[in-house]
Parts: sequence; C-alpha cells; structure tokens
Amino acid sequence: MWTYWLNPENPGVGFWIADTLSAILAFMIVLLLSLAFLLLMDRKVWAAVQMRKGPNVVGAFGLLQSFADFLKFVFKEIVVPAGADRVLFLLAPLITFILAFIGWAVVPVAPGWVIADLNVGILYLLAISSLGVYGIIIGGWASNSKYPFMGSLRSAAQMVSYEVSIGFVIVTVLLFAGSMNLSDIVTMQAGGFWNWNLLAGHSLPWPMFLVMIPMAGVFFISALAETNRPPFDLPEAESELVAGYQVEYSSTPYLLFMIGEYLNIVLMCAMTTILFFGGWLPPIEIAPFTWIPPVFWFAIKVVFFFFMFAMVKALVPRYRYDQLMRLGWKIFLPTSLGAVVLVGAYIAYGAN
Amino acid sequence: MLQVIAFYALATVAVLSAFLVVAARNPVHSVMWLITAFFSSAGLFVLLGAEFLAMLLVVVYVGAVAVLFLFVVMMLDVDFTSLKQGFLSYLPLGGLIALILAGELILVGNAWNAADIAARSEVTATPADMNNVQALGHLIYDEYVYFFQAAGMVLLVAMVGAIVLTLRHRPNVKRQKAHIQVGRDRKTAVELQDIKSGEGIG
Repeated sequence: MWTYWLNPENPGVGFWIADTLSAILAFMIVLLLSLAFLLLMDRKVWAAVQMRKGPNVVGAFGLLQSFADFLKFVFKEIVVPAGADRVLFLLAPLITFILAFIGWAVVPVAPGWVIADLNVGILYLLAISSLGVYGIIIGGWASNSKYPFMGSLRSAAQMVSYEVSIGFVIVTVLLFAGSMNLSDIVTMQAGGFWNWNLLAGHSLPWPMFLVMIPMAGVFFISALAETNRPPFDLPEAESELVAGYQVEYSSTPYLLFMIGEYLNIVLMCAMTTILFFGGWLPPIEIAPFTWIPPVFWFAIKVVFFFFMFAMVKALVPRYRYDQLMRLGWKIFLPTSLGAVVLVGAYIAYGAN
Repeated sequence: MLQVIAFYALATVAVLSAFLVVAARNPVHSVMWLITAFFSSAGLFVLLGAEFLAMLLVVVYVGAVAVLFLFVVMMLDVDFTSLKQGFLSYLPLGGLIALILAGELILVGNAWNAADIAARSEVTATPADMNNVQALGHLIYDEYVYFFQAAGMVLLVAMVGAIVLTLRHRPNVKRQKAHIQVGRDRKTAVELQDIKSGEGIG
C-alpha cells in the first residue's frame, strides 16, 4: 500500500480509494447475494437427504426463501435480556459479522481479482479466523444466562484446539508453495489437477500425495470444527444447550450471527479450494476447460465444498465433547505435525 | 502524511486501551481492552513494515492467549469491588515501575538514534535483499538457532512440569477406548449361554 503511494506514476490517492472501495462493495454484494442462495441450497440438500421438499413456497422453487427470512428477522424487535451486558451483547454479533467479511479481503477469486494481495495473506486469514471465537465467547458471556455461557466456553476450547491443526496443515501447503501469498499458492499449482496440492504432482517421483491427501481431509474436518458445523456444533447443540450461545439472541443480532457463521463456512470452502484444489485453475488446461473463466472454476469448487459441508451436516451424528477433544489433540495434532516433518524433509532433501 | 495519522491514531488507541485495562471495573471488559491494545500494537507493527510480526501478534496473543485469559476471567466469581479496595495504595509502586520502564525505553531509543549508520544497519528490521519473513527466519533459524532451541526446551519443560503437577492417576475411572470399541466383533461382544428349558435363569 505505501509503495503504491510512493510511486509517482500512479494516479493518486483518490483513485486508489475509489478503486478499493468499489472492489470491496463488489465483493460484499456478490458474497451476500450468493450467500442467500447457498443458504437455500444448504436447506434443500438437507431436506433431500431426509426425503423432504425443503423450502418451496416463497418464489419459484423457494428461491426467495432467504430474502423472506431476512426481512422477517430485520423487522422483529431486538430483545436484550435483563442483566445482560448491553454493549458487549450487541457487539458480539457485529464482531462475528465483520470478521467474516474482512477475511475475504485476501481471497483471490481469479488472477488479480483480490482486494488486498498481501504477502502474508494466509497468516492474515489464520489471524482473522482465530479472532472469530470472540464473537461467540462474548455473545455467550454477555447474555448473562447459563446455556449461552456453557456454549461459549465449549466453543472457545473447541476453536482454539482445532486452530492448531489447521495451522500445521497450512504450514505443509506453505512449504510446497514457498510463499504466504494466496495468489502465488494458486499459480504454483498450475498445469493440471495432478499438480494441485492435493495430489502434489510436481513432487514426483516422491509420493507426497500420500501426505497431502490426508492433510486435505484433516483440513476439511478441522474446518467443520472451526466453523461450529455439525458434527462439531457443540456450542449450539440443541439437545443439550437449547441453542448454545445464541439462546438469548433475536432479530437482527441473530441474523448477523447467522450471516457471519455462513460466511465463515464459505470462507473455509474457499480456503480448501485455494490451498488444496488449485483455486481458480481448471482441472485440465486444454480447450473446453480453459473456455470457462477462472472465477467460475473458483465458484464451482467453492460450491462443491459447500455441498460437502451440507452433506456432512445431514449425514453425520454429533460428536460427544470428549471425543471432539480427543480427535483434535490426540489424532489431528500429531498427524499434522508428522506431515509438517515429512514435507519439510522433502523440501530440504527431496526437491532439487 | 497518512502514515503519520495512522501512527498517532493507533498509538493513542493503544495507550488509552492499555490504561483502561487497569481502570475498567469489570475484568471481562479489562480483557476486551487488552485485546484492543494488542490489536493496535499489531497495527503499529504493520506501519513499521513488520507485517509478519503483526500477524503473529494477532494469531498468538489475540487468538490464543487472550482467549484463555477471557476463559479464566469469565469463570471467576470474585467480588471485584472488594478486590479493588486499597487499589490506590499501589499507585506509587506502579507509577515507579512505569517510570523506570519509560526511562529505559527512552534510553534505548536515544542510543539507537545516536549509534552510527554502520552499526544500525546490522540490526535493521529488514535487510534490503529479503522480505521480513525471510529476515526473521534467517535470524532465528540460522544465527540464533541454539538460543531458539534452548527457548523451546524451556517451554517444553514448563509444559511437562504443568502436566506433572496436575496429573493424578485415579483408579476405577471408566475411560473410552475408541480403538477397542471400533475393533469389537461378534466373538468378543456376544456370549451364548445354554439354559436348560423350564428352569429360568435365576
């Protein structure tokens, strides 16, 4: 950013601000609109698994259902419970909402289509996702109520635990890419689907895919836990805690929590896409595949992973809390640590 | 110009929130102000061109350490009005410590400014030919690797010590062994008993 202003050839601060603001606005509008339909898709997938129809009344095939829900939430009264910490109570959903958006600042959806092409982009994402816990923990505490408090305690422990394995998985990808810039990480996977970090074709004859395929699995499952999605939705387990940290929330604050949560899920899908599945790159770089613009490849992959999230929610029963902790600390952490050692050894001795 | 505005804004926020950490009545609010202070110091790091350190500050301190603080503080049920009694009597001591720290910082800053260019360039944040992640990696893993390993060992010992202090072996506790549950088959799970007809099982 500072180097930009120091360069005399550039058209000035006003242009830079207008340029960035329009990019931010475009990202926000596209994200919110796609989120409306992704939410509908989530519910439709879930309904299909349970052999129901899902929402099908508002608009054709229920396409406008999300907008109807949105209006319903916005027009309701905001109830702040007596004895709640007013400021923190209303701050918590805002934190979740804003953090979910600013994470997208470094996500490249196509070559050059990114708001801020940070050199430490992936660390920025890690930092933002580690902040996400605050919205939940503050919301649960400020409600001044038992179930929300327990929900927020659970979520604090859970998100901190799974952050560790997510961090190590990201380190394996970093070692391959040799860069923390997300655009570099994507371009380095070019050439075809066998070069994606999932299969790590560029490392042949060393069979690094034996390490990277399990790492992609660990990342996906940790992403489920990080975003409090089933089967790891213990902070809001309705059979134990009513609705966990959200019990006391109604109206727009609840809506902000919901949007923030879903945006985080989409962000995690985007991260899986960028880190392991070649981002905006087509699977095979020959004619019919390269005709499709990069941004559509990115969107297709993200929607696919969102579908996987929805299917997991529909198919897998909820974990018990001690099992969740066991999985995080006793299985994922040693596995990902071992993978970092293996990939590091390959980079130091195997790669030419 | 913008850099100067950003610096003063971040510095003011950092100092104010650091003050409020002490001044806030509610300990949870104190932790929230602490997080704000961490955050604005991360911003100051970015202004210095140390974006890697800034991110680490956010990931480690805001993302993990402050969460644990919050965790502990939220669970406490202490009457803080009684704890704050006699709060002012510590003011002279606290003020003295703050003065000493400020004096040391001013001393270091002046020494840095007074040092000649050659000595200063050795310890600049980022040498010209590498970005600051590489520079940091070069310092930690090449030049000071033994100190780094020693620090790691100290942390490991502390961790093991904490576990040893709190670990109690309790008999008669049922533990779940997932591999046994998953590896269970019909042979180990089902036992067939022959019971003579007409005699019941009692």
